[in-house]
Order: sequence, then C-alpha cells, then structure tokens
Amino acid sequence: MAVRRLAKEQPASFTFSAETLEKANWWIAKYPVSRRQSAVIPILWLVQKQEGWVSEPAITAIAKLLGMPQIRVFEVATFYTMFMLEPVGSAALIQVCGTTPCMLRGSDALMKVCKDKIGPKDKLSKDGKFTWQEVECLGACCNAPMAQINDYFYEDLTPENLAQIIDDFAAGKSPKAGPYNGRHTSEPLGGAQTLLDPKLYDGSAAKAVKIPNAPEAASPGTEVKA
Amino acid sequence: MVGILEDKDRIFTNLYGFHDWGLEGAKQRGAWNSTKDILSYGAEWIITNVKNSGLRGRGGAGFSTGLKWSFMPKEVKDRPHYLVVNADESEPGTCKDREIMRHDPHLLIEGCLIASFSMQAHACYIYLRGEYVLERERMEAAVKQAYEAKLIGKNNVHGWDFDVYIHHGAGAYICGEETALLESLEGKKGQPRLKPPFPAGSGLYGCPTTVNNVESIAVVGTILRRGAAWFASFGAPNNAGTKLFCVSGHVNKPCNVEEAMSIPFRQLIEDHCGGIRGGWGNLKAVIPGGSSVPMITAEQCENLPMDFDSLRNLKSGLGTAAVIVMDKSTDLIRAIARLSYFYKHESCGQCTPCREGTGWMWRVMERMVKGDADPSEIDTLLEVTTQVEGHTICALGDAAAWPIQGLIRHFRHEIEDRITLYRSSKGNFAGHTIAAE
Repeated sequence: MAVRRLAKEQPASFTFSAETLEKANWWIAKYPVSRRQSAVIPILWLVQKQEGWVSEPAITAIAKLLGMPQIRVFEVATFYTMFMLEPVGSAALIQVCGTTPCMLRGSDALMKVCKDKIGPKDKLSKDGKFTWQEVECLGACCNAPMAQINDYFYEDLTPENLAQIIDDFAAGKSPKAGPYNGRHTSEPLGGAQTLLDPKLYDGSAAKAVKIPNAPEAASPGTEVKA
Repeated sequence: MVGILEDKDRIFTNLYGFHDWGLEGAKQRGAWNSTKDILSYGAEWIITNVKNSGLRGRGGAGFSTGLKWSFMPKEVKDRPHYLVVNADESEPGTCKDREIMRHDPHLLIEGCLIASFSMQAHACYIYLRGEYVLERERMEAAVKQAYEAKLIGKNNVHGWDFDVYIHHGAGAYICGEETALLESLEGKKGQPRLKPPFPAGSGLYGCPTTVNNVESIAVVGTILRRGAAWFASFGAPNNAGTKLFCVSGHVNKPCNVEEAMSIPFRQLIEDHCGGIRGGWGNLKAVIPGGSSVPMITAEQCENLPMDFDSLRNLKSGLGTAAVIVMDKSTDLIRAIARLSYFYKHESCGQCTPCREGTGWMWRVMERMVKGDADPSEIDTLLEVTTQVEGHTICALGDAAAWPIQGLIRHFRHEIEDRITLYRSSKGNFAGHTIAAE
C-alpha cells in the first residue's frame, strides 16, 4: 500500500481535448454498452497524456463521461501508481526500477545520478523540467538496470549513459529508447546463440502441414462447429 | 549447439525481434498456418490435445492449461463466455511475455482464437500492464493486421466470430492475480475476489471466464500444429514442453531464452548466459522462479533440473521461470529486504494480515540489513511470515512470506553475523530495540 493523495493545488477546470475525447470513445467501444466503467483506467491514462498529470477536475470530468460515481474514479486514480497526482517534469519523468533484479545490477548508481542531477526523488526539479522516482519492477529484468522515461524503456544503463540521457532531454532532444550496451533486445550480450537456423525463416514453416492426431472423420475445410 | 533444445523445436522464433513482427513475417515463421483445420476438429479435440501435451500454465502456478479450459460450461446459456489473457507481467525477474507481445504478437492472437473457440468465447481481452507502452502499441497494430486480413472479427476466414480487445492497467502488481485483474478490467481497484465462485463460473462481468498467461496461450497454435506428443517429448514427465527462461542478476550475459523444460540449471547458465559472474564457484544463491519463490543455495543448484517438480522438492518453485542469480558479492539480506519493500508497496490493502504484515516484515528486514536487531527477532519474523502466509484472499501474502522464509532457511547465519557485527561496532550496547510498532 502506498498513501496517495490528490495535489493540494488544483486547476479550476478541465476540458477533454478533441483528440483525447476521440480516443476515449474508441476505448469505451471496446466494452459492452452497459460496462463503460471498464474504460476508466485507459481514459485516466489519456488524460495524463494530455495534461501531464491527473487533477481533481479531470477526475470529475471522467466520472461524468463514464456515468460512474466520482468517488469510484478517485479510488482508481489513487490506487494505481502510474497516475501522477501532481505535475511532473516537462522534459522527462524518469522512473528508475529499484527492485532486486535491477538492484543486483546497479540501480543504486542510477538513482544517485538522478539525485545528483535532478534533486530529491518524487519532487519536481527546480527548473520544472524533471521528476524522478524509484519504481517497482518494470518487467525488463534481463536488461537491468533500466528506467522508464516518459513512455519507453531505457535498458542496460550505466550511470554515464543515464547522465547523458538526462542531459539530452534537458537539451530538448529525444534520446533513443532500448538497450544501451549494444544489444538488440534481450539476447545475450555479444549476439544471439540460438535462433540461428536459416530454415526457421525461409518460409518452409508456412507450407501446408498435416496436423498430427487429426480425427479421422473430420477433414480440413469442414464446417466449424464448437 | 548450445543448450538442449534445437532451433527447429523453438516456438518463439522471433524472440529477440531480429525479424518482422508483422503478419507477413509471422506467417513465414508458421503462425496462422492451418488454424482453420485445427478449429475444424472441434473444441473437444483441441482441449484433449492441449491436455495431452502436458502444457502447464506459464504464469506461475503451473496448473494444466487444457484442464482449466475444460472447467468452462459446456454450453453457452444466458451469459457470454470470455477469454482473458493475463499480460500483466510484473513478477520481479520476469520479462518473457513482453518479448512475445512485441516480437511474436501473432502467435498470441492465434492462440487467443483457438482457446476462445474451444471455450465458445467470442471475445477476448488481453490485459497488459500499463508500463508496457511499446508492447501495447505493437499488440494493437498486430490485432489491426489480423482484423484486416479477416483472421479475426465478424465473418472471418476461420468461421468463428471473434473479437480481440487490448486493455491495460496502470502499475499494480496485484492485477496479475486473476480476480484482481478482472476487477481492474471492470474499471475498479485491483482487489482480489473471494473464491468461489471461480472465474469459470462467474468471472468478467459475472460471465464464465478463463484467465490464462500470455505464454500459455501463445504456445497453443504451435503445439496443435506439431502435435501433443512433440511438445510432451521435452522435459521430465509431468513437466512437459519448452519454456521461456528469463535469467537476470549476476550472470555474465543475462538473457531470455527458450529451452526444454528440465534443463539442468548449470547448463542453462553456462550455455546461454556465459556462466556465473566470477565463475561457478562464485555462485551464492538463486531465486529460481520470480521473486515470490524462496531462494535456493548454490549447492542445491549443482544438479538441478529446472522444472516444476524438482524445484517444489526443494521447497521452492519454478514460478514463471524467472531466474535471479546472486553471486558471493550479494548482500542477501538487503536483496530480500528490497523484495519485502516490493510486497509492502504492492499489497492491495484488502486483507489485514497482508496489509499490516508486509509493512511489518519490511521494517524488521530493514533493521536486519543493518544488524540492528536481536537474534530472537529472527524467530519472531519467521513466526510472522507464517501468520501472513495462507491467511489472505490471494497469494500475495504467501509471496511476501516465502522470500523471507527462504532467506532464514538457508542463510540464518548471515543475519546472526550481521547482528553480531552491528553490536560489536557499538561500544556500549544498551539492549535491543523492539520490533517495529
């Protein structure tokens, strides 16, 4: 459990942008008509993308849009930790994974870089450009240590890489996401040792196959019945 | 060749994303091949063959996937059936579903169709964790391709009307628990439901629902194409198949790799991960199945087959096959204290033993890291873990208790040494501090 409260200072109002509203309706259409509430998390997320954080007027507006009690939206916004309840850095929100697999590979050093360059965690930097947090496992443990910056994963980081990435964001650039030690994704460093057989990729797997154990009565192409 | 499994027997042929993730590339690699034939053999045939393949759920619990499907009502009555795919991959150490979704999304979508058909579901929701933004974009794009190619949707080429919807969460580990996931999908806080009723009776929107892990679903198409016997030929009896292993921590080359189940731990590490950092002799302990399972020692790893039953015999578990390796430089107490913080952070707060217990255990663990404790508190801590374990609605309480139990089981002496060291550093020790609160 984490104690999460709405920000003390709240804007006077909130309006959905046309784009946000269009996407919100696209989400609502994914669920049965009587289950609009299912879209609450995706719509909170859209609002966060629009505003940078989730404010009280936004919560009220979402409740109205989905026809659900305001308290239920409030409950969701405070339960899920990806919703920022206060304004965050305009250039980057840096979320360093600090859970054990990343800790074992040096996330402490990454957090020190953030602290030195940005300031204390969970606080907006003085220039308003950065916020950094320590978050729980982000699910990229083979590429530890790593951080999620804005939406994407920056992996296999060293303190030097991360310092450079922060400088780049400060300068208005968009440094590339992904591994920073020369890997493509999560193959072993130095190159994959498996999945090298060219036959896997020559199209032979697309040729018609005879399904093993096929029932004798049925033959391909018969009517599908459940 | 490295490892046991040959390339020709790997299911996830684009695991590392070196090839086209899109529909054309996926078809070239065998996805969507003969799917219509598979469906034409009927639901019963599919479920029987999935059962016969020996596939056990890849999300951690290891329950037979085919058997789980057979729990769904045989006929659709007043309520529609749903398949929900659990893509809320958040167990520390685990990063396999992510690779499936961003590099082989069509295997997952095909699996969704086959599984849904066999359970007479016309709709499937795939619940991704919120942090997987790239993976979600990729899945949305792949689903769009499948609709455009009429592989899914109304009046598709397979003759079974079927919709796939991508949904996402927003950073709550607990939503990986299946009923919490359903709550979250319904737009609520992710707090687990009491069972029974089980989801197969009353799940999403009160309708019959099956929740499966991404990997469990994504392997189904290939299993049926190549035969249950093919899949069952890998691994020890009752531990069949190929499996994605995620190896992290103190190995020279951390990586994801698909291997045969029951591969010896040492071979997995030496062949695929470049060995333990500093050599095999530098290994201290391993968390073999994601953070929730108790750690095992280097000695236990010597001739260890990596499968469900072997690890259960060591009072640990295969879990999600997320192997976290720790060498002799590791402060094990701190490593586990950090996990205790994780569980304290992720407890949903619904059950008192977990809400209060995870915080209590974390605070005591933090003192143990420093050595600022009394040796008798080790037993108190152990006692508290057993008070939390088994006394909560979901398994998060158990998951918070087990890592601490594993630590005390194997490395109690390290905690005691830490306490002694702390005390010896104090010139004038005036009794121990009391346990938190």
